[in-house]
Amino acid sequence: MSVLKRLTEPKSLETMSPLGSVLVYGALIVWSLVVLFPLYWIAITSLKLPIHVSAGPVYLPYIDFMPSTHAWHYIFYDLGNDTLRPYMNSIVVALVSTVLAMLIGSMAAYALSRLEFAPRLASILLFIFLGGVMIVAVAGFGVPWWIAAVVALAIFLLLARAVGRTMRASLGNGDILFWIISQRILPPVVAALPIYVMFQSLSLLDTRTALIATYTTVNLPIVVWLMYDFFVTIPKDLEESASLDGASRFAIFFGIVLPLARPGLVATGLLVLILAWNEYLLALFLSSANAQTMPVLVAAQNATRGPQWWYMSVLILLMILPVIGLTLLLQRFIAKGLLLGAVKG
Amino acid sequence: MALTSTAGLAAAPAERESIQDWLDRQAGRLFIMPAVVLILGFSIFPLIASAYLALSRFKLAPGGYTLTFIGTLNFRKMLTGSQQFHLLGTFGTITLLGWAIIAGTAVLVAWGTLRYLRSGQVGIVGSIGRLITFATALALAVMFALDLGEGGQLGTIATTLFYVVGGVTLQFVIGLGLALICAKPIRGRSFFRVLFFVPLMVTPVGIAYTFRMLADTAVGPFAPLWRWLGYAQTSWSADAWTARFVVLIGDSWQWIPFIFIVLLAAIESQPRDEVEAAQLDGASGWQIFRDITWPSIAPVAATVVLIRAIEAFKIIDLPNVLTNGGPGIATESLTLHAFIEWRALNLGGSAAVAYMLLFLSTIACVSFFNFVVKPMRGARA
Repeated sequence: MSVLKRLTEPKSLETMSPLGSVLVYGALIVWSLVVLFPLYWIAITSLKLPIHVSAGPVYLPYIDFMPSTHAWHYIFYDLGNDTLRPYMNSIVVALVSTVLAMLIGSMAAYALSRLEFAPRLASILLFIFLGGVMIVAVAGFGVPWWIAAVVALAIFLLLARAVGRTMRASLGNGDILFWIISQRILPPVVAALPIYVMFQSLSLLDTRTALIATYTTVNLPIVVWLMYDFFVTIPKDLEESASLDGASRFAIFFGIVLPLARPGLVATGLLVLILAWNEYLLALFLSSANAQTMPVLVAAQNATRGPQWWYMSVLILLMILPVIGLTLLLQRFIAKGLLLGAVKG
Repeated sequence: MALTSTAGLAAAPAERESIQDWLDRQAGRLFIMPAVVLILGFSIFPLIASAYLALSRFKLAPGGYTLTFIGTLNFRKMLTGSQQFHLLGTFGTITLLGWAIIAGTAVLVAWGTLRYLRSGQVGIVGSIGRLITFATALALAVMFALDLGEGGQLGTIATTLFYVVGGVTLQFVIGLGLALICAKPIRGRSFFRVLFFVPLMVTPVGIAYTFRMLADTAVGPFAPLWRWLGYAQTSWSADAWTARFVVLIGDSWQWIPFIFIVLLAAIESQPRDEVEAAQLDGASGWQIFRDITWPSIAPVAATVVLIRAIEAFKIIDLPNVLTNGGPGIATESLTLHAFIEWRALNLGGSAAVAYMLLFLSTIACVSFFNFVVKPMRGARA
């Protein structure tokens, strides 16, 4: 037995060779540093005085520099409400939009996983055509939008059946599912401008309502996708016997299916919550002062006096600590829930 | 829940029963309607409105604004006119590298066409789909070659593609490596798993500022290193490529965890007995990976790359905060380009840029799904 062989070959199947374990643990430690160092740097920067930043790097509190809570004091006392308002906005918008997206998305995903849908292709084409005509009428010819909407809807309801009789082609559940999921490909910036105009004409610009409605829609495709995969794996026996007992679809859904899907709900909900919490582009378009959320506030720190690293670090910490805490709390669900759908592919 | 509703049903008069029956018959529609209405209202309707906007000129007028229909002028301006440098880039003379890019793409396209013609399943939809994919690939290759030529500069399309292709590749390689390591019998596995997951939680805007601090050559944590190397006076943000790479690194720091955690779950669900049998037969680690692990995780890997690519096309937070799109337009992504046009009140141009992004990302993602994800899933089944 050469030394080389002893170093590179494992003693048994469940262990690693000495050289292998050195490499593996080395890589793990290196990557842990890559993950932790930026976070450490934010944490200590939040305790630095401006002089500690501008005079070149100092690394260890109490050794290279005396930590100071001036930045925390400034953010919490001097700014006070200017920090608290965006923080509350972010919390309310993220929580409410997550709950809505989970509810609406799960309902749609459940329906798609259990019932047959067959919308007529002709009706869909008619709907899109009328929508286009409506927009040209509103934007090009100055017709008030609500008149256009009512007229378009009336024409649609009148013609839908007639058109459906002549063109019999229809779509199935797979098509609807694909259509909903494909909304995720749509870059938000395409939709942002008309949504801006829409909320402006409803005078809902710079309100939490506008952000909640938009975030709910943007995150729906993810919820439908992941929850669909989840509902498919839940056996139908329970629902069938409940149905024989006379329980309605709603009772089955809220009483039996949702509780069974709890791991999936938690994992998907956490993902959606994080996406809503961190969203930047739509908040930039749709909010200015009142409904401003944390990401916009953080980004705005650069504005007038150059980057104020110490304040920024405090704000970033305020943003990431709750989500990290939540993740640690729920991590056993993430491993079980989210991955089931993703791994199935 | 089920029991009480049954009891209620039995006791209810006939009239209420019929309402409940109606509700139950319509349950499917009632379940799916809210989602469809929301998506129509906030996604499809804006999409159509945006199309109209892209074909118009927007002007602020006293008491509001005017929209003038101008046809494809916004698009022509960007593709061939005064804004060409912004979207497509500044064209230089094609160098050897450029010819290599074009030749490589042409070979790939020829190979794809040949395989398709030989497959014996030539149809109309398949042919049109391939035509669009291949034409787009060739056009993008020529654009890249021109941009990378002497005196050329990348436009926002090329920069976005750099983020997507470069970023996803880097993230996939490192994510896969970490997943393979964490699937080994190591101590503290759940600790590392949670730790490696953390960057995904951090706000992209926060990551942008953090990496701006870290990358600062004068006062950042690595300043002594830069001084020692003699780069203390140079700033990464002044050079186009270093600025792009800093954006790429920040983006990767956030998204490697995503690929890591999905691939780790896939690796853990690979057939254990096959791996053990191969180990007993004395197969090397590489052989096990090639013959057992990779085939079993390939469908998931393709899906996770697709999900990542879809999101990567929309990148804005990092370049906007990290570099403000600069130097010049070097780090500007398409979304940031659209946002800058919007801020300049050129709403028509902004919508046109957004539509270019929509075309590009749709073609790329649908092609990837059809030509990579589907075959890989089929291969397993």
